[in-house]
Parts: sequence; C-alpha cells; structure tokens
Amino acid sequence: MKYVDEYRDGDKARALAAAIAAEVRPDRSYAFMEFCGGHTHAISRYGIEDLLPKNVRMIHGPGCPVCVLPIGRIDDAIRLARRPEVTLCTYADLMRVPASGGLSLMKAKAAGADIRMVYSSLDAIRIAEANPERQVVFFAIGFETTTPPTAVALKTAEAKDLKNFSIYCNHVLTPVAMRAILDRTPTPDEPPIAIEGFVGPSHVSTIIGMEPYRVFARDYRKPVVIAGFEPLDVMYAILMLVRQVNEQRAEVENQYIRAVRTEGNPVAIDLCDEVFELRDSFEWRGLGVVPRSALKLRDAYAFYDAEKRFTVETQPAEDNPACECGAILRGQKRPADCRLFGTVCTPETPTGACMVSSEGACAAHWTYGRFRHHQTDAGLRKSA
Amino acid sequence: MSKTFRRKLDLKAGRVDMSHGAGGRAMAELIAAIFKDAFGNELLEQGNDQASFPTPAGGRMVMTTDGYVVSPIFFPGGDIGSLAVHGTVNDLAMAGAKPLYLSASYIIEEGFPLGDLKRIADSMGAAARAAGVLIVTGDTKVVDRGKADGVFISTAGVGVVPDGLALSGDRARPGDRVIVSGSMGDHGVAIMSSRENLTFETEILSDSAPLNGLVEAMVTAAGPHLRLMRDPTRGGLAATLNELAHQSGVGFRIVEDHIPIKRQVAAACELLGLDPLNVANEGKLVAVVAAEAAEALVAAMRSHPLGADAAIIGEAVEDDQRFVQMTTGFGGGRIVDWLAGEQLPRIC
Repeated sequence: MKYVDEYRDGDKARALAAAIAAEVRPDRSYAFMEFCGGHTHAISRYGIEDLLPKNVRMIHGPGCPVCVLPIGRIDDAIRLARRPEVTLCTYADLMRVPASGGLSLMKAKAAGADIRMVYSSLDAIRIAEANPERQVVFFAIGFETTTPPTAVALKTAEAKDLKNFSIYCNHVLTPVAMRAILDRTPTPDEPPIAIEGFVGPSHVSTIIGMEPYRVFARDYRKPVVIAGFEPLDVMYAILMLVRQVNEQRAEVENQYIRAVRTEGNPVAIDLCDEVFELRDSFEWRGLGVVPRSALKLRDAYAFYDAEKRFTVETQPAEDNPACECGAILRGQKRPADCRLFGTVCTPETPTGACMVSSEGACAAHWTYGRFRHHQTDAGLRKSA
Repeated sequence: MSKTFRRKLDLKAGRVDMSHGAGGRAMAELIAAIFKDAFGNELLEQGNDQASFPTPAGGRMVMTTDGYVVSPIFFPGGDIGSLAVHGTVNDLAMAGAKPLYLSASYIIEEGFPLGDLKRIADSMGAAARAAGVLIVTGDTKVVDRGKADGVFISTAGVGVVPDGLALSGDRARPGDRVIVSGSMGDHGVAIMSSRENLTFETEILSDSAPLNGLVEAMVTAAGPHLRLMRDPTRGGLAATLNELAHQSGVGFRIVEDHIPIKRQVAAACELLGLDPLNVANEGKLVAVVAAEAAEALVAAMRSHPLGADAAIIGEAVEDDQRFVQMTTGFGGGRIVDWLAGEQLPRIC
C-alpha cells in the first residue's frame, strides 16, 4: 500500500529503535503520555513497546471519545432512542458501551428501539431526508477532529430546511483534558503524576493547529510532539521527546508535517466557532467533572439541539468504585494494577472507561499486550 | 472453556442482540448456555463445525449444517446460492471427509423476484456439480413481506471419511506447524466493498470455493501427519486460531509477514478500519500439521489451484494461557485476539 507501508517498515523501525536506545540515558527513566487512543492502538497493535528501551514508558491517555463519555450520557441516548418518534444515529463503537441497568444501545436496539449505525454525520442527514415522519437524532461524540463534520451536518440540515434532524452533542476538547490531568494534586496515598511530555494527536491538530499546546511547553515545561498515527510516526515522536528531555527543552514540535499546519484549519475552526460554544462543565469518565471542557450548540442553533427539543436531563450514574480508570488515564497506575482488569472487566464485559473501546488503555493492553504478564521476564513491566 | 466466559446470560430478561451472531465470544456463550444445555451429547461437545460418527454399516460419516443470510445476495465472486454449497462442502471437507449429499432449505420473502430465485438456484446447482456433490432433498417456505430479507438458505451435508483419518480441532500439539491455504480476508472485503460501493484498481472478488479437492490432495500428501483443518469463515483467521488454541490446549505463534494478504484487501481494510485477520474467508483453510511433514504439505497444496499461495505462518507452542501471539511486520509482539462485538453482520 503506497503511502502507508512506508510508515510501517520493520527495517526503519529497528533503525529508529537503535537511535532511541542510543540517546536514552541509562541513569534515568522517561514517561510520556500519548493522549490519543489512535496512538494507543498503534503502539499496541504494532508492538512498539517491544522496540523501546525498558526505561521509556508510554502512558495511555484519555483521548478515546467513546471511553470518556460518562454513563449518564449513554443513558440519555437510550432514553432518546426509546421515544417512539425517534431514530437515533450513532457511530458503531458506541453500540456496546454498557449503560445503567445492564443496558446498552445494542440491547436497546434488540428490544425494539430504532437505532442505526452510521459511518458519517451526513449518513444521519440522509436518513432524516428519507424518513420525514421520524425524528432523527445524531449522537455526536469526539474530539476536535470530529467536531467540524457535526457542524457541517447541522449546516446541511439548515440549508435543506430539515425540521426532523437534531444533534445530541457530546464533543469534548483535547487541551483542556491534558491540563486537567497535569493540574491534579495527588492525594497523599496516590502515586505522583509522572508525565514528562506528550505525544500530541495529529488529527486534532489538523483542525486546531499547534498553538493550543504552547501553554504546556511554556507554563508546565512539558514538551509536546504532534505525531501521525503510523507506527514509525509514533517512534519518531518518542525520539523527539527523548531529545527534548535530554536537552532540557520544552517546545511544541510537529512530527506530522505532511498534514498538520501551525495554524490548523481556519475554515473548520471558524465553522465550529459559529455553531458551538463552551459548556460550563462536562463530566469525563475517569477524569470527573472538568470545567469548560466540552461543547454545546449555540442558542442560535437551539432548534437543532436534541437536548432542548426533547428535554434531556442527564442523571448521574456511578462507576464501579473498584475501577482504576482515573489513575490509569493519568498514568498513576497501569491496567494490570487494577483488580477488575481481565477478571470482571474485559472487552466483552467492560466495567470502566478504559476497557470500553479498542482505543482505550485497558482494552488495547488486553487485546494486544496481555501476554507480557506471562512471559518469564515479565514482572519487569507489570509495575514500576 | 469456563475461563473464556465470565458472565452468565440473562435468560429471564435478556434478548438476542447482534453480537450473538458475530462468531465471537458472545456467540460461543449463547451456544454453551442455550443449545449445548438443551441438546447436550458427546458429539456436540467436541465443538467442531461438523460431527463425525461411526455408521452401523461400518466406516465414519460426517454431518454438518449451515444457514446463509448474506447481504447483498449477489456479490463480486459469488452469490448466496454458490456460497450455500461451498460453506457446507467445506465444513465436511475440514473433517477430511469426501462430501456426498446436500439438502437445501429456502426461506423466501413474499415479493422476491422469480428471476433472482432462478439465478440463485442455477448457481447453486452449478456449484454442487463443480464440487462433486448432489443436492438430494430440500424445503421451500414463503413468509410475509418484511418477515425476512429476500431469501435465506439453509443447507445440510453428509460425507464419508477415509479409513484411518481422524482430524479434530483438539489435535494440535506444540511444535506443529500452522499453514494457511491462501490470502486472508477476500470474502469479507468483497462483501463490504459491494455494500459500501467501494471501487479499487482491481475488483476484489470473494474467494468462495469448494475446498474438497484441495483437501484430498492434502490428505494424500500428509496422511496421518495432518492434525486438523478448519476454514476461517466468520471472525477470520484470528477467531479460528483462538478456537483451535482452546480446543487443543496450546498457544500459537505466528509471523505477520508470512500471512498472505492481497494488496487491495489490505488497502480496503485500512479504509474500512478492519483487521484482515478478523475478516471472513469462504475458500481458504487453516491446517495444523506435524513439523516434519509441513514443507511437503505446502508443496502439495501449491500444486493445487486453490492452494497456490499456501504458506507456513507459524507454529503451535506450549502455553497454558492459550494465547495466539504474533510477531508484527514492524518488529514487535502482540496478541491476535477474538474480536469483541460485531464486525460485519450478514457476511455469510
């Protein structure tokens, strides 16, 4: 495959691994967070951990929109879908997320709710056009990358004068979540937050550019390297982070120059500004309530807001108290440190946020990496 | 199997959802909790895609059945009729049997075009003749419009096993080699591409084909060294190797670079967000063979048109965790797991 295989080349990977090993100082350890679930998936699927020196540790961050969506919001979606007049359109990976009372969108569908899986926000528009007698609700989730398509769907509905289309908005913001992780003051019995730098999500930066990350370099002294999602991209970004740490630099660097521009995509940014505004606060699974971390539709577009059209009032839903997702997402614990991991909590029966989607830290570790606990030289990676 | 399934089905209030038909753990759990419990017998317990049993007159027979609900009904490289023959013939062949007779049961939706029905039946007849089997009995049912989707076909098949041959999913031993007969993922990607209207430089065709001829050549070449065969249909190579690991009580170690995958299939998977190892095949098989016979077996397979791309992809290892591990082309290691949840509904 042209333009893909080049970034998955085993020989180049070994050369990069040797370069990282040569630059890593043996007398210290390194801990970097890849914020985005796409990177977590690449690291796990290609076995990048095996190519890194033992003293370089990757912390899998909360950048998985399915994972961090609180149960209460899924409950809302199920309540919406059960209304007889509603057709709920959702991305497929939300279908299995466990909601309150043993429910999920998949089970609600099996019990008769009209729930359709879509690949794109515009599929929801097509369904609304084809079914004028139905109230079609698009279950919008995701970070800055998927926010513009939702805005486009709304503008399309407006242009077509589609009265039966609305958006249940759950879009969230990357830089705010990164700050929430760094700003946390650990309680006395918690391990410290050990993150020394970030692998930044490149698809987010194709929209927002590099500017929103300057604060991490300037105020927190944490280097950020915006990286592509192919495994060589990730390894190269790790090399760039190791260099910054060794040289005591804290800068925002762009590894993904083939797609990310410093200023991002001004057209998309302006469109999102026109359609969305900040929520005062939003609950993140694993991170708790984070002020000004999510978007809602502006009042000018209230007509398309499913929360207003159907009066959605999110009820709080408790996570399992034994679940360690919060500490895992902050890098204070590892998946295998959680008592639920692999026992009651598996990808088929996820208990916590990190097991819900294949991009979550625990699911990626379970699906691709759990053999490491059973190797003879295990232990070494089990707990720092 | 108890280690694999950790929660009980809710038989009072639960409902069947799409994951129960996806070929993964949820389906295995459903079968264990409902069908095995109700039907329970020694042959069923073996958990193979077919049952093999002695006949009163002597010799061993094999029997299997399969339902076909593929959408679309006509797809690049085949249709529901030819698929209904190939799938059942292959399930018989995987036990080393010579397939003999098939039944065909049609559930047809009111309003279905007669021309399409004729086309499907003709395709089915041609596929049976090509595979050397006879369709000797059948059943026809029509249901109200909306109560089915076009046509569903169910076929059953019987065959006879040559004397001395005993293939079963529980026979892989550490050191044995794992062989695939050709490229992985063609059928699933052909179906998905036609559903999504994706076009590539060259059209991706389903690999749907009867494997009994290839199997005959393999049995001749490897004889008693051949431990088992299975066709990696729903859930793909990943699901098949995990099933076999659990049945045989071994682990597998495979090498990503040795697994044949067509360039355009890899590209389509990239686009659709699929892992080709989870994608269904309908004309391929996985074989486990004693190490000393592996090279000769691959050579024999390659001289058959349906095994031209056969390759040794790895080996069985001792592993009390029953892991399927893979060295990635990138140089790292990872598990190849069953897929959690639904990937491609109505693929076959």
